[in-house]
Amino acid sequence: MENFDLILPEIFLSLSICITLLIGVFFKNSYNLVTNISYIIIISLLLIIFNSYNESGNLFSNSFVSNSFTNFFKILILLGTLFVMLITQNFIKEMKINYFEYPLLLLFSILGMFFMISSNDLMSFYLGLELQSLALYILASLDRDNLKSNESGIKYFILSALSSGLLLYGCSLLYGFTGSTNFEEINLKMEIENTGAVFAMVFILVGLAFKVSAVPFHMWTPDVYEGSPSSVTSFFAIVPKVAGIAIFIRFLQIPFEQLIDEWKNILIFMALASMILGAVAAIGQTNIKRLIAYSSIGHIGYALAGVSTGTAAGYSSSIAYITIYVIMNLGVFGCIFLMKREGKYCEDIKDLAGISKQNPLLAISFLIIMFSLAGIPPLAGFFAKFYVFISVIESGMYTLAIVGLLSTVISAFYYLRIIKIIYFDEISNPFDKIKNVGITLTIFLSCSILVLFFLYPSILNNIVNELSIN
Amino acid sequence: MNFPILSSITLLPALGALFILFSKSEKNENRNAINLSLFTSVVNLFLAIFLWYSFDKSFVGFQFVEEQNWISGFIKFKFGIDGISILFIVLTAFITPICIISCINSVKTRLKEFLIAILILETFMIGVFCSLDLVVFYIFFEAGLIPMFLIIGIWGGPKRVYAAFKFFLFTLLGSVLMLVAIISIYWITGTTDVTQIFEIKIPVKYQYVLWLAFFSSFAVKMPMWPVHTWLPDAHVEAPTAGSVILAAILLKMAGYGFLRFSIGMFPVASEYFVPLIYTLSIIAIIYTSLVALMQEDMKKLIAYSSVAHMGFVTLGIFTFTPQGIEGSIFQMLSHGLISAALFLCVGVLYDRVHSRLISSYGGIVNVLPKYSLVFAVFMLGALGLPGTSGFVGEILILIGAFQKSFLTAVLASIGIILGAAYMLWLYKRVVFGKLEKDELKKLKDLNLSEGVVLFSLVTLVLFIGFYPNLILDTIQVSVEELIKNYEQAIIVNLSIIK
Repeated sequence: MENFDLILPEIFLSLSICITLLIGVFFKNSYNLVTNISYIIIISLLLIIFNSYNESGNLFSNSFVSNSFTNFFKILILLGTLFVMLITQNFIKEMKINYFEYPLLLLFSILGMFFMISSNDLMSFYLGLELQSLALYILASLDRDNLKSNESGIKYFILSALSSGLLLYGCSLLYGFTGSTNFEEINLKMEIENTGAVFAMVFILVGLAFKVSAVPFHMWTPDVYEGSPSSVTSFFAIVPKVAGIAIFIRFLQIPFEQLIDEWKNILIFMALASMILGAVAAIGQTNIKRLIAYSSIGHIGYALAGVSTGTAAGYSSSIAYITIYVIMNLGVFGCIFLMKREGKYCEDIKDLAGISKQNPLLAISFLIIMFSLAGIPPLAGFFAKFYVFISVIESGMYTLAIVGLLSTVISAFYYLRIIKIIYFDEISNPFDKIKNVGITLTIFLSCSILVLFFLYPSILNNIVNELSIN
Repeated sequence: MNFPILSSITLLPALGALFILFSKSEKNENRNAINLSLFTSVVNLFLAIFLWYSFDKSFVGFQFVEEQNWISGFIKFKFGIDGISILFIVLTAFITPICIISCINSVKTRLKEFLIAILILETFMIGVFCSLDLVVFYIFFEAGLIPMFLIIGIWGGPKRVYAAFKFFLFTLLGSVLMLVAIISIYWITGTTDVTQIFEIKIPVKYQYVLWLAFFSSFAVKMPMWPVHTWLPDAHVEAPTAGSVILAAILLKMAGYGFLRFSIGMFPVASEYFVPLIYTLSIIAIIYTSLVALMQEDMKKLIAYSSVAHMGFVTLGIFTFTPQGIEGSIFQMLSHGLISAALFLCVGVLYDRVHSRLISSYGGIVNVLPKYSLVFAVFMLGALGLPGTSGFVGEILILIGAFQKSFLTAVLASIGIILGAAYMLWLYKRVVFGKLEKDELKKLKDLNLSEGVVLFSLVTLVLFIGFYPNLILDTIQVSVEELIKNYEQAIIVNLSIIK
């Protein structure tokens, strides 16, 4: 008898999604009900995973693994989703896109991510990936009467389907050249030189890079971020990135472990290109969602820089980076949902002008988060970059470190520009007063973690270093 | 001594800022904030003086060392001071209350936020001088950018945005290379603890690159020619209190960094790059003095004179003679007082007339006699008249420089003459002459708060001018130790080459 405890979160999630879907269909105007049930589902999932955090093992002839690494990422994904749902609830109701499918689609994509992270087999990995992506396509076009939302949904669907195709082609090549779909068996077969497998690896990396929007496969990001409703953008910017980084680490660490010399260069290039493009392209943006899109491209570059070292310390630093990235982005989006003037949500950064007088708390939250995104000490964003560059320099990749740090200077420019608009510019009309516990709580938590992180920075290190990375 | 006095001095201002943030009084919120911040900073000043008093001047090495595990198994939060850093802490603690008093008159909007920014900045500045760990140092060094950026940007003049961005990006650009160097040092030596690095000694082959990386940061902060261009902009646009802190303390961080890190950790590279430093220093002294002569804005003139004075400091540090280094430290402290006072003097005029242009003044000695007297003392101090603190620093630096390079010393002396020229000319155009402009005729002389601030600065400038031993005694042992270590490293390196 196999130990089904390991897969309990996934089983629980699938069943509860099906039941909630039925509830949603049978009751009218069931958005609130479904949302509340989703909160309960997420919280119970968190409890379930916490309960078996350190248990590790595999299931179904080694095609599904669960260990502290996968559990850590699952918790991060759940927390990210929980807070995204908290900050978007108000927005969704006001934009009249409060379909009960929204929380369910989020849960579906989480389920996909769970399978993706835990899969130890190309087949189950691909199924998880598709489940996640399909949910995301629908989410992007959730605002179905809005042209831009539809456009972004279709754009995302076409490009993402293409990249999934490439990835699937890579998987089939990999199977063809190694004769197995299991990650560990593939790794064993790689011990002899295998040029075909290198091709397969390139295809797979392209597909994955698309999912985390690393340069040069980032083109969809700004358009999709801008077009989708902000509620969906906040999900896009946070949760799939976490899953993406987890998958990167799992692929590079198990099936492609022997190919390190080949993939290292690819990742270094992607990291460099993402950092530079994220820094330079964001300068000209005026829409805050586009700006966040480019900034997230840049941040993925730093996370990939940690991955590209191929060392355990490097992987840990990327995980720490993506964790702090989640905290910062939750704060940013929390603030974005407070940018509402005369009943309309603003997206232009010029709308922030002079809010430091009317909304001092919002202004100071922006200040903290922007400086943290720019990586200025003593805020948490600095430590995130610091850990990554420690492992990068340990591996002797000085060019990557220097270029990366120089691009933080360039990117500091546009973060500073937001602060400039908030604090230095002339006052425009005040924002509407929004009283929302979810948003306030999220911003407060995000800012206090960012500010107080320096008091005990090893807390994250300790957790991350203990993850079972091979 | 078990009481963590250094952490207390560092954290007290931030604590005060927190209090101000949460304090709410129905009426007179500004008054309340000023009182609270003044109280905090004066207590901190007393703590700093107490620290100086209990400091053992004959002790070699670091005192009051505090160590705390921070990032597990990797970086320790280490604080400690020696003769070089103690006086900068006292200077910081002294300048902050002065800034707070000065902003009663000059800052009209958002006073509460301004005071919070100043106090937080004080925490970061003292942290820089206390830290004995490279990473901790870097964090404090960089963190100071945030409040200073806001001070220039929110309370500054018309071109404040440009100045604030230039200040921030220039300094950040210089510093990121230092961060790479710090991480590299960690992987070379296995620690970022400064005292351990002094003992382990970084291999010579790495020293040159690492020195350059640190140099890139300190040169921008110092500022040295040709990366000094952010300073005049920042000074001109910053509010008076911002300029005072910038000139008095932020610039000294770089000089301190050269002494503690560049010479301490990379002695061989420091020796190697002496020609570079001398050249840049001489250009800074002569070129910026000439530029200062041509300025029409008083603040800009003083800003350029700061660059020239900092040229003397770098020159003195890299003579590696006791006189040169002691002179540099003395010059930094004295410049901290004098340039702060000069900016305050300009601030006094600006608050009344709202112009910083020299041409809008003339003959104010007739209406502002007390002010003119005080201004005269600082002006003479800035040009290095014997009896003021400015003289001691310059003469020591020149004595040091003559031992190493005759030509450099001669060129630097020219700078002193030029310094006298622009300072006296400034004073003549502003203070003397006929009182012709109508708006100047109604001016009132110094009020109480301005009087207290400027008078205390006059006393200090004259006192340490006549009794320099107050400072030299404290720094002597540490400077000797620094030079001894440096010479040993050079001798070892020479013997390896042979």
